[in-house]
Amino acid sequence: MKIRIGAGSCGIAAGALKAQEAVEAEIKNRGLNMEVQITGCIGMCHHEPLVDVIDDNGREFTYGHVTPEIVKTIFAEHIEGGSPVEKYLVATSDSPNEFLAGQTRVALRNCGLINPEEIDDYIKQDGYQALEKVVAKSTPEEVIAEIKASGLRGRGGAGFPTWFKWNAARQNPGTEKYVVCNADEGDPGAFMDRSVLEGDPHSVLEGMAIAGYAIGAGEGIIYARAEYPLAIRRVEMAIKQAQAKGLLGANLFGSDFSFNIRIKQGAGAFVCGEETALIASLEGERGMPRLKPPFPAQSGYWGKPTNINNVETLANVPWIIAAGGSAFAAMGTEKSKGTKVFALAGKIKRGGLVEVPMGLSLRDVIFKVGGGIKQDRQFKAVQMGGPSGGCIPTALLDTPVDYDSINQTGAIMGSGGMVVMDETTCMVDIARFFLDFTQKESCGKCVQCRIGTKRMLEILERICNGQGKENDLELLEEIAVKVKEGSLCGLGQSAPNPVLTTIRYFRDEYEAHIRDKKCPAKQCKALITYRIDAKKCKGCSLCARKCPVGCITGEKRQPYTINQDQCIKCGNCLEVCPAKFGAVTVE
Amino acid sequence: MGCCCEEKEQSSQNNLIDLKLIKGILQEYKSQAGSLVTVLQKAQDVYGYLPLPALRYIAEELGVKAAKVYGVATFYTQFRLTPVGKYVILLCQGTACHVNGSERIETALCQELKIKPGETTADGLFTLTNVACLGCCSLAPVMMINGQAHGPLTPDKAVKIIKDLYVQEEQADGEGA
Repeated sequence: MKIRIGAGSCGIAAGALKAQEAVEAEIKNRGLNMEVQITGCIGMCHHEPLVDVIDDNGREFTYGHVTPEIVKTIFAEHIEGGSPVEKYLVATSDSPNEFLAGQTRVALRNCGLINPEEIDDYIKQDGYQALEKVVAKSTPEEVIAEIKASGLRGRGGAGFPTWFKWNAARQNPGTEKYVVCNADEGDPGAFMDRSVLEGDPHSVLEGMAIAGYAIGAGEGIIYARAEYPLAIRRVEMAIKQAQAKGLLGANLFGSDFSFNIRIKQGAGAFVCGEETALIASLEGERGMPRLKPPFPAQSGYWGKPTNINNVETLANVPWIIAAGGSAFAAMGTEKSKGTKVFALAGKIKRGGLVEVPMGLSLRDVIFKVGGGIKQDRQFKAVQMGGPSGGCIPTALLDTPVDYDSINQTGAIMGSGGMVVMDETTCMVDIARFFLDFTQKESCGKCVQCRIGTKRMLEILERICNGQGKENDLELLEEIAVKVKEGSLCGLGQSAPNPVLTTIRYFRDEYEAHIRDKKCPAKQCKALITYRIDAKKCKGCSLCARKCPVGCITGEKRQPYTINQDQCIKCGNCLEVCPAKFGAVTVE
Repeated sequence: MGCCCEEKEQSSQNNLIDLKLIKGILQEYKSQAGSLVTVLQKAQDVYGYLPLPALRYIAEELGVKAAKVYGVATFYTQFRLTPVGKYVILLCQGTACHVNGSERIETALCQELKIKPGETTADGLFTLTNVACLGCCSLAPVMMINGQAHGPLTPDKAVKIIKDLYVQEEQADGEGA
């Protein structure tokens, strides 16, 4: 028997280390001889922490929400008693749960299954064989042709064909070239790159080395977010192990190809996801974008030809080389090949990471894989592409998830974050939220982006505060066009997208804010009022005790009242009023 | 740095900042081009923040203009120019946390700690900082205190976590005395 514990940073946050301690204590106390394997994240974040029991016949039993007490039960009843503890099981190899069954895992092929801190685990999964294959048997041109045949497009946002970038960097003269892995995953709501780096770092290292061979680079740099300490630690460990095994370094596999990788920590700037800003940051400067051309493939890091790919893109590469470009191209749609990882979050029942073939409908991803909306509320929109993307409404739920179809809705695929929103989410507030983000993250170089996003934010704030003016929507649209046209980089060019898509699909919500001074989702504080229905209030005083500003008064067993002048609209009273009374209302 | 607040800043900080602590870091990175961000990260690891005298020292040693060092240090959100509390609370304001009510958590924390985001409590125990996304979206709303993530939060849960830390501190004080 073997025990496997999911210890990605999300699992650890949910209590994986406590579960691990409990497992180790049980093994010791019971005098058992069992292997305990630590893995990255399998993606079932909604059930974490997860503990798998793998029996001697290779059958797997996955337990969810595991506490130290549950560990004790599992050991007593399952491991020693021989019968699985049904009530804590979330999946078994005989009956995989719906969340995992609906997936095809390429980039995430090893995540949650191998120990990311042991290179041998990766090697056992045929790791580094793709690199050996290309170095021993293929020319760089053949490698690029294979990637071209796969149809792989960049998974970081823009969806540029990967082979084209490799080829451009290959064609540019020079002996000193670089491969950069963009691990500056900045989109709020996206965490697939973190998960890949934490769960399967070697797949990224191998992908980088293959890219290095293809373009003729000798050095790779991983530009990682400082907010991902565990990912950084595991990547550092993986680099050392690969170097020790001679899988990175000089004369790989006895050839004259040498390749090494180092890691550089970002310092927290969303704009550094943009290629030229990332390069400036690598060079120790402020991360500000510059005009393209020259493209990084022509003049990048220290003016040398540089190829930049995102983490997920690179993790796909060894699989494509091993299985063949055509196997990857057989999945997906005509123009968006292969699979894509999505981070499901927000008001969704089964949040986590899923990898599905391109072309599945949004409805299938959200309702079949993700299980639908929390508390069975009404779906309102899904936000894709983070601050550069947009909100896709119910009417477009049958849109296939591929680069071009998503672009047509006004959103973008982006890095694959899907934040699901229900009827309690205010779309004007969401637009304000994203503009607040882009306005803060604008590097300030382009006037339209620096000042335009600020002005747009001010308009949105005033709409949320009930001071919207009749022509505000036209004004927003006018500034949006200017910001798009007047910005150098993707941040500014796409910053208006959340506003434009919400105006396009939820115009009535904006109009309710502006004309009727109402927030239909009941979120904008300036536009809502909490009241206590005197007929329903039993005078239990719960709300008064929970009110942080003490503005609810009354006599016990008599109806209470809210002093509207002092109310800060925190919503505590609504939350604590017992459902059987339902005396607190918001409108 | 060469500005009107220089005198005040020198008198308050110069005596306290031991520049020798980062001498080794500067020796190591001096010859590496483009290492300014890394040097600032390491210096912040040493002091917990970036004191102005340290920035000036870094500029001198690396041979770059003080304005450039200050520019880089204020460009990235990771760098802080003021000291932080013993517990740094990173309150996630990502999209998933936002739609799951991070604003209410912020209100509750601000009321409990009597500070605004970006500030430190008078006793030097807590610093509250809003961050863009911690990548633990399934635990939303979430906060991280000194590397430990807590979630999913309610206003009550968040306040309890803070209260527990206060109790822990008082007990530690009691034992120390």
